[in-house]
Amino acid sequence: MNIEGKKVTKKVGSILDNYQREKGMLVSMLQDVQAEYNYLPKDALMEVSQGLDVPLSRVYSVATFFKSFSLKPRGRHLINVCLGTACHVRGAVRILEKIERELGINPGETTEDLKFTLETVNCVGACALGPIVVVDGEYSGEMRTDKVIPLLKKYD
Amino acid sequence: MTSLGSPDELETLRKSIIKSRDPNKPCITICGGTGCHSFGSEKVVAAFRQEIKTQKLGAKIDVRTTGCHGFCERGPLVVINPKNIFYQRVNAADVPEIITETIVNGNTVDRLLYIDPGTAEKITHEHEVPFYKKQKRLVFGNNGNIAPTVIEDYLAVGGYAALSKVLFKMSPEAVIEEVKKSGLRGRGGGGFPTGIKWQSCRKAEGDTKYIICNCDEGDPGAFMDRSLMEGNPHSVLEGMIIGAYAIGAHQGYIYVRNEYPLAVRNAQIAIKQAEEHGLLGENILGSGFDFNIRISRGGGAFVCGESTALMASLEGKVGEPRAKYVHTVEKGLWDKPTNLNNVETWANVPLIINEGADWYAKIGTPKSKGTKIFSLTGKINNTGLVEVPMGMTLREIIYDIGGGIPGGKKFKAVQTGGPSGGCIPESSLNLPVDFDELAKVGSMMGSGGMIVMDENTCMVDIARYFIAFLEGESCGKCVPCREGLKRMQQILTDISEGRGKNGDVELLERLSAAIIDSSLCALGSTAPNPVLSTIRYFRDEYEAHIKDKRCPAGVCKELITYRIIDEKCPGCGLCVKACPQEAITLVQKKKPVVLDQDKCIKCGACYDVCELGAIEVK
Repeated sequence: MNIEGKKVTKKVGSILDNYQREKGMLVSMLQDVQAEYNYLPKDALMEVSQGLDVPLSRVYSVATFFKSFSLKPRGRHLINVCLGTACHVRGAVRILEKIERELGINPGETTEDLKFTLETVNCVGACALGPIVVVDGEYSGEMRTDKVIPLLKKYD
Repeated sequence: MTSLGSPDELETLRKSIIKSRDPNKPCITICGGTGCHSFGSEKVVAAFRQEIKTQKLGAKIDVRTTGCHGFCERGPLVVINPKNIFYQRVNAADVPEIITETIVNGNTVDRLLYIDPGTAEKITHEHEVPFYKKQKRLVFGNNGNIAPTVIEDYLAVGGYAALSKVLFKMSPEAVIEEVKKSGLRGRGGGGFPTGIKWQSCRKAEGDTKYIICNCDEGDPGAFMDRSLMEGNPHSVLEGMIIGAYAIGAHQGYIYVRNEYPLAVRNAQIAIKQAEEHGLLGENILGSGFDFNIRISRGGGAFVCGESTALMASLEGKVGEPRAKYVHTVEKGLWDKPTNLNNVETWANVPLIINEGADWYAKIGTPKSKGTKIFSLTGKINNTGLVEVPMGMTLREIIYDIGGGIPGGKKFKAVQTGGPSGGCIPESSLNLPVDFDELAKVGSMMGSGGMIVMDENTCMVDIARYFIAFLEGESCGKCVPCREGLKRMQQILTDISEGRGKNGDVELLERLSAAIIDSSLCALGSTAPNPVLSTIRYFRDEYEAHIKDKRCPAGVCKELITYRIIDEKCPGCGLCVKACPQEAITLVQKKKPVVLDQDKCIKCGACYDVCELGAIEVK
């Protein structure tokens, strides 16, 4: 095993220990793994499977079922466009399309320079500010198509 | 902090907290809910703390960051107690003036007051603002008074008194009887009587039982559970502990969306505080009753709002529902009897115990008791959370509390009940809102989302939006939901893109009936609601799309065109710059611009930047 592999074993091991290796906390554990690596690396999923004595197929099915997990590396900045109903009736789709055009990617994709990952979310519960775009957890409310470029420029 | 070992110790602590607080000392409360936070309330809090330091007023003023006050539209909100002075849209720059004028000199800062759009009058006090005036904030009211991460605040407003009463003065059966008598029904959507659910779970065979708090609020446009969990987590915990005692459970779970980081954090803090105070854990308040709560974070799957799917997810499996031939109160989590209620339901419980079932049952309609929190969003002036007694009419909620539709537009419909609810037209605005009345008009209560739509909202587009949402969230386990919704989505997309055919509406109706009858869980069996209700009330819009290839609301891209109104266009050139396709040209200065329809991609950029209304969509 290489050094990188040992690191993953140690890191994942300590995440599993935080939950006393309780199998029922798999979703929460995967969330912590993703917070650590920004996505779910294959090696980490294998570690989770061995560490919990849960078949890898089960870990994989959970990792692919829930929307918040990604099996591919994501960009440095995560853009989440809210497509909740309140944002939808206030024109969220036009904002999303503008970002798609600017970055040349579709939701779920990452720009080639690994700068941005574009995703959509069903509702962030801040409907008064709709339409909303969340970048790295920062909310930008009352979005308009002409506010998209200035927003993206803030990140490098 | 030493652990509280008896009800007396709890009351002694409560008294000492209340005694140490001067009710006349000015307290500046700043809303720290997600809405106000997004508007920058954190900077306002920092500015208050700094200014108080600068003016050396630290000993004379309290500053408190509270949970959501509800009036998100006007955030960041600041309320100065005990005078109840209400300032809205407060910036960090306003802070020195507020301290000097209001706190030191006792004057109001007029420009920060809320102006009643109806009468154009300035309103000084929070309780006089029309948005709050008609509400009955029993469950949500303390959100604005307490800091969610300070257990002393909750104790000061009577927190955990209901728990103490239950543990020492009531048998579990008496608690269940009380909840049954109150008429409380599940606030998560189903509306099942809470007391009866508890009773079934208590009676179910087995020594190990679980209770779950569902905070997987997946309905887009609903955020009351989040606000309660963020703003008053102890009220939810108290309700859960009471429920656990009544049912005979010793382990509970809070299943919360990972998209709600603040709710996760505040719930964690509250659990730790309750444990330290002997209100949670072993031998609660010296009663001999043990109960623990763990938090489990959801992974962003709408179907996990369904109880059996949620329980599967709690077991570390894929969140797929199962058929409920055997109810979860008999065989739920890990096949043990499990009682699941949502956040708002749990938060109602301490209130019922404290005030009594008879008092509670006086509020509301014959079959729907108490209050309900709605999140009022969409095309409405006052977006926010409103708590009203069951039975208030839609008209009162939308116009008196919500302040009507912005921009003088015409009301078209209100969508209630989340993605699987229905759209209710203007003709039903006098409907009293309760579980049964909403069902009668083809919608439902759901978790309490209320999305207002105006004349610029296309009902075909809305139906397509919800079906696309539900198709994406369908777990795929049963065929009617997985394939049926996909087919419905195709038909609706065809209609909205101008490929609709005669008979499509009838086909949608037939498909809907089949999906309702044969789906495995509530996600599928309620999914056709938005389509059926829009067909029922807005058939003419479907017809316009299918027969005339026209979108009357001007939304469906393939059926609309953008046009420059020459009389209104001064040729300022803003839209020329905004257009990503170079489809608009300024031919001559100060003359109307020209739009090339062949190049136009209908992105709406020009429409957004034009402040003169010189661009129309038809």
